[in-house]
Amino acid sequence: MTTRGLVLYGVMALLLVCVGVFQSWNLSLTILNLCLISAVMALGVNIQWGYAGLFNVGIMGFAALGGLAAMLTSMPPVIGAWQAGGVGMALSLASVLLTIAAVVLVRRRLTGRWRFVATVVTAVAGFFIFRAAFDPTVQAIEAYNPARTGYLGGLGLPILFGWVVGGLLAAGAAWFIGKVALGLRSDYLAIATLGISEIILAIIKNEDWLSRGVKNVTGLPRPVPVEIELQQAAWFLDLSTQLGANPIIFSSIFVKLCYALLFAAVLAVLMWFAEKALKSPWGRMMRAIRDNRDAAEAMGKDVTRRHLQVFMLGSAVVGIAGAMLTTLDGQFTPGSYNPLRFTFLIWVMVIVGGSGNNWGAVLGGFLIWFVWVEAEPAGIWLMSALTSGMEPGNVVRVRMLDAAPHMRLFLMGLILLLVMRFAPRGLIPERRAGLR
Amino acid sequence: MDFLNALVLFANFVLVPSLAYGAQLALGALGVTLIYGILRFSNFAHGDLMAFGTTITILVTWWMQSVGISIDPLPTALLALPFGIVGAIVFSLGADRAVYRFYRAQRAPGIVFVMASIGVMFMLNGIVRFIIGVDDQRFADGARFVISARDFREMTGLAEGLTIRLPVVITVAVAAVVVVWLFWFLQKTRTGKAMRAYSDNEDLALLSGISPERVVAITWIIAASLATIAGVLYGLDKSFKPFTYFQLLLPIFAAAIVGGIGQPFGAIAGGFIIAFSEVTITYAYKRFLEYLGMQPESLVQLLSTEYKFAVSFVILVIVLLVRPTGIFRGRVL
Repeated sequence: MTTRGLVLYGVMALLLVCVGVFQSWNLSLTILNLCLISAVMALGVNIQWGYAGLFNVGIMGFAALGGLAAMLTSMPPVIGAWQAGGVGMALSLASVLLTIAAVVLVRRRLTGRWRFVATVVTAVAGFFIFRAAFDPTVQAIEAYNPARTGYLGGLGLPILFGWVVGGLLAAGAAWFIGKVALGLRSDYLAIATLGISEIILAIIKNEDWLSRGVKNVTGLPRPVPVEIELQQAAWFLDLSTQLGANPIIFSSIFVKLCYALLFAAVLAVLMWFAEKALKSPWGRMMRAIRDNRDAAEAMGKDVTRRHLQVFMLGSAVVGIAGAMLTTLDGQFTPGSYNPLRFTFLIWVMVIVGGSGNNWGAVLGGFLIWFVWVEAEPAGIWLMSALTSGMEPGNVVRVRMLDAAPHMRLFLMGLILLLVMRFAPRGLIPERRAGLR
Repeated sequence: MDFLNALVLFANFVLVPSLAYGAQLALGALGVTLIYGILRFSNFAHGDLMAFGTTITILVTWWMQSVGISIDPLPTALLALPFGIVGAIVFSLGADRAVYRFYRAQRAPGIVFVMASIGVMFMLNGIVRFIIGVDDQRFADGARFVISARDFREMTGLAEGLTIRLPVVITVAVAAVVVVWLFWFLQKTRTGKAMRAYSDNEDLALLSGISPERVVAITWIIAASLATIAGVLYGLDKSFKPFTYFQLLLPIFAAAIVGGIGQPFGAIAGGFIIAFSEVTITYAYKRFLEYLGMQPESLVQLLSTEYKFAVSFVILVIVLLVRPTGIFRGRVL
């Protein structure tokens, strides 16, 4: 890392300390935790963009899949729902697999126009058979205690497993998506990934039997102690009297510190892997493919397969981050995934921080999230200062204060455009071999 | 077998709404396809440009309504539309000057333009929400129905009524006029010919003495006008909410790509295909089948209405897999 990088990281740490001193330490640690998660997401995106030049605008879908995996791994199974709908689910799954097999068989055996007709007929027939098995099953599952469950539940394993499962699920989805979309060049890849992430999210929001849809799943198990238990533990009360702190506030800070250590550990492990990969022959090959795709293909590199590898790796990292986010929230809320906050904001982080450089992407993650969160109180403070001359009920003043939160969207766009124009390589640029 | 009633039901709930929605998507997709064909990038800010033009139109409409200007039975928004168009044009030309011109001079790859358009999208989003807020706004006035359900039932004596609302008629009429004008412009005028030449082969077009800045400016003017018209028609038909316009971007891209990106005719075909598919696949056919004599127990809905956007995307993905150049063989990057 260059001196410049170290200085920038130092400034970032200073900003967080300032928030702690001038606002509150609880707030500073909350921001730090979300910064760490955003940094992991930005790292995942940088693996796809910086290593291979892939413009993936479907990050929201992968984050949602990671969160879904965390929820499904850790929540206990709902026995009643399984009894009501387990057989039906198995039948539905069997019908889907049979339809796919039938379609593949049809396409292999027939040729010409009949092939197209037969494919369509088989697919449609399979769809109706699937619905015949699926609809009553879903009704049965969702009818089982809908207020508290109404879904199948999960595996009941420790939630840290869920992070790994999240990465795997996201990588699996990335394999499908990559097979479909990676043959296309940049613009089309962006639109296709955006669309597919919307489809994933629509499925998660509407299939109540899987994820309770918009009813949300609350009460996810935690990997760190619970505040209330801490406040009653003797060792904790001793510690807080030693430090002279209020045990209630200190318990909250302690829990957040535990999360921060967990997330920082994950970030450190992923960074280590990413940097190792970047400096390896594999990393050099990937960047050579990125810089001159046609020459690489002429040299015999299977570009699409390499792109698929990188796409899966980057998506797995984003999936892990999504799982971490759901763990931090303690609940799985499909309605909270919106493209502006997830996809486009992460892109701003990567571009501002330095695309192609992992340290840059992480710094961008910290900085842009910090600006995004602090822009709201700063905006309100600014608007109050600007309209301080008017009386409280004044229409203009009310309007300006109401609109202050929306200015952070404007601010993000402005930052992105300014960085792209005047510092296109970002804050911590990519290091080119041979240059120092 | 109540065939006529079934037909009227289908027309009322599937055909007429699809026609209106398809016209709105077609106008939006035309703007996107023009920008792609001539400026060679996918403009992610198009949905918010529609919202911006509609916002200005709404503000002028409210002012007109408060002063008492009206063209009853037509909605006042049609009078305010030119002001919205002018506002959107001014913004687009300004954004081009401030943002895109720099990258054009550098001959930057298309992906850089797309990222810049994402920045513009953020800023427009913030501006629109700042001006008009995030809530639903209704600004349609004037007559509501050309034919109401009750009138239709009295006229024909059928059980099912066919409602034709005035905004639907306006949408289809305005869209038809705009499309005819656009085709005349692109085919018959010198500027249109210059734009088509620039879209086909930039270097040869420059060699022929075509002014690139003029072509670019006119492209933005036409695209901004189309976006505003599409946005206002959508807002008159349904209602105005900034987030909905951002979401509309996705079916608009799907329509443009399905039809063949860079081909104006493709944008129109794509718009109607997407609209018809979305409505047909998410409509509950129970009553329709009952009129035809069958007795279905369930709602007979292929996919629930929440999957509407998913339908346009599945179509897009299938087209990208099977025939990436689209129906009318547009360009592929």
